[in-house]
Amino acid sequence: MSPEGPADKADAVAPAIAPGSNRGARHGLRRVVITGAGTINALGHDVASTLEAFREGRCGITQLDFRDVDRLSIQIGAQVHNWTPETYFNRQQILLYDKFTQFTLLAAKQAVAQSGLNFEGALGLRSGVVLGTAGGGLNTWDENYRAVYEEGKNRVHPFVVPKLMNNAAASHVSMEFGLRGPAFTVATACASSNHAMGLAFQMVRSGGADVMLTGGSEAMLCFGGVKAWEGLRVMSKDACRPFSANRNGMVQGEGAGVFVFEEYERARARGADILAEVVGFAMSSDAQDIVMPSAQGAERAITGAMVDAALDRDEIGYINAHGTGTAANDKTECAAVAHAFGHHADRLMISSTKSMHGHLIGGTGAVELLACIMALRDGIIAPTIGYQEPDPECALDVVPNEAREVRIAAVLSNAFAFGGLNAVIALRRA
Amino acid sequence: MTEMIRERIRAIIAEQAMLEPEQVTDTSSPEDLGIDSLGLVEAIFAIEEAFDISIPFNANEPEKSDFDISNMGTIIAAVERLVADKAA
Repeated sequence: MSPEGPADKADAVAPAIAPGSNRGARHGLRRVVITGAGTINALGHDVASTLEAFREGRCGITQLDFRDVDRLSIQIGAQVHNWTPETYFNRQQILLYDKFTQFTLLAAKQAVAQSGLNFEGALGLRSGVVLGTAGGGLNTWDENYRAVYEEGKNRVHPFVVPKLMNNAAASHVSMEFGLRGPAFTVATACASSNHAMGLAFQMVRSGGADVMLTGGSEAMLCFGGVKAWEGLRVMSKDACRPFSANRNGMVQGEGAGVFVFEEYERARARGADILAEVVGFAMSSDAQDIVMPSAQGAERAITGAMVDAALDRDEIGYINAHGTGTAANDKTECAAVAHAFGHHADRLMISSTKSMHGHLIGGTGAVELLACIMALRDGIIAPTIGYQEPDPECALDVVPNEAREVRIAAVLSNAFAFGGLNAVIALRRA
Repeated sequence: MTEMIRERIRAIIAEQAMLEPEQVTDTSSPEDLGIDSLGLVEAIFAIEEAFDISIPFNANEPEKSDFDISNMGTIIAAVERLVADKAA
């Protein structure tokens, strides 16, 4: 990266608090918009191909393909195919980057390219990165445990630790773009990305940073990663069918989603293409059970996000559900939504795109935010595919099997993690 | 053989339920014994380890499983079958 200017110059260009005329600005807080998006997941290696799959209701779940897969009882997953890291990274980088970092960097480069931002100089000092992941460099753990335990080797590669650590992806993103402000990683299982994006939103809104790269990544599709999940007996052996009465569990996915969250006045001043506005965020803890979800905990996060956004519940047109396809999540989530929205629950749409891209665990909220942006920007609601039988315990409009064209103004994205940790984000059309 | 299987399963379930083995009868259901879904998954794992068998059980659709968990009697019968299949 090029040399920075003096620190006082950086302070001088820091924008003032947004004027009171801003629609979304409350309590002197600044508005936050999304000006870039990037992804790689089982549906595609970029945003355009992912959104196309959402529109077509295409499923990215296939037979898993990696070492020792024959010893797994779960044989399916939403795996990223045709992944050739050497197309994007040199030999030294590949030695340093676990797959979750590779996915993150690819998505981050797409997002930054779309935003048109250049972080050289003062902006880098006012910008940061906060990412979610649950497993971090799990492939690196897996490969090296295999080497020392199964193969009896007594020596491992010198970069094992910097490769596997959960903050590796955030650190490499900060280095790639020269982001010198807040940089860290959030690990809250299946809510990691939503927590990360919520914190990034709060930082830009409060003035802690002007631009944040945020989202999350997961690369857990390896022998040890899937074997661990098998133990809980909540995985489906055939398909992910959220909200369908015959659903029989979740299907794991992998990949990353990264976004550029930018202070609104700054984005407007430079004429950036605004994809959506981030208007609210709330988190809650069930404080109850390590795996069983609570409708009350979920509802508090849903309601909290709307309060934070100053949105009335009838303004919400679409919810991207957590919708894992397990018996427990889907009925609990529907109960929470029904209770939080009252009569409006029968009018809003709620779909689970995990039916297409699988459950990316710590990266899932990031990829799902793409469906929220598509709903607001293009007026296309991604479907819940694999839907076969209505379930009276999930009696909401789950947008079964086919995408729908509806113009809407505001959306929510739900994430409810093991450990009872809930995180809900609210977006509004730009 | 059946008696040995029955006693080992009773001991596993009793430990999971924090009860004495005598309190676990053939007609006890997991709910009767205060075993929740996570406890059941744990007990099934312990049975698999004890008999070196694989039990087909998906927590999302316990009623559709070939492994009938209605009560201790059905669980014991199902384990006996799996142990016999393994020996065959």
